[in-house]
Amino acid sequence: MTRLLYFAWVKDKTGIAAEDVDLPENIDTVADVIAWLKTRGPQYENAFAQSEAIRAAIDQTHARIDASVASAKEIAFFPPVTGG
Amino acid sequence: MIRVQTGDFDIGKEIERLRADRTDIGAIVTFSGTVRDAQRDDGGAVTEMTLEHYPGMTEKELARIEEEAHTRWPLQASLIVHRVGTLRPGDNIVLVIAASAHREAAFEAASFLMDYLKTSAPNWKRESGAEGERWVDANEKDYRAATRWRED
Repeated sequence: MTRLLYFAWVKDKTGIAAEDVDLPENIDTVADVIAWLKTRGPQYENAFAQSEAIRAAIDQTHARIDASVASAKEIAFFPPVTGG
Repeated sequence: MIRVQTGDFDIGKEIERLRADRTDIGAIVTFSGTVRDAQRDDGGAVTEMTLEHYPGMTEKELARIEEEAHTRWPLQASLIVHRVGTLRPGDNIVLVIAASAHREAAFEAASFLMDYLKTSAPNWKRESGAEGERWVDANEKDYRAATRWRED
């Protein structure tokens, strides 16, 4: 089981803040997770349509799109941060 | 020290607490960020600003940034306070304090802390105004500002 989290407009578009999923066997990277999510319905397709505008974190650490999710317990997707 | 909170902070009290019983500190640089009322591209006034964050990761990132500042500059003390939740124009959002023996380290570290915080702490601003609500777009300038501290 992997916990997926969505923040800001990514959350607005997916319609949910968090979910627990069983990632398919052939998934290795953050990019693979995004590609898989896009097949899960129009709201995911819409949320991840501009995938270059999406940032990710694995277990609460910023991760690149090609980072391995092999040991990930929690993967978060969000827009570039705008705090401060 | 880092703190994420919904409530306000008192800059004077935070400085006092940071330097309590210490006489080795020679320089204290404080930066505070506040909510402006005219941030929207459409010129409309912002009436409310909501800061969403990633609980757990925000604290982790702020602590990591603070630790990095301490490895780069001879800081004697530091503090980062970030507010989350609903804020109004004029409200405090963020506080950074850097204390060192001499001013250069404190000035530079405070600037570094803000630049890194703005580009790596998982916080997102949502503005409300007469025209409705919208997520604030990331600012290119903030990301450029953060690159000047790169050591490679």
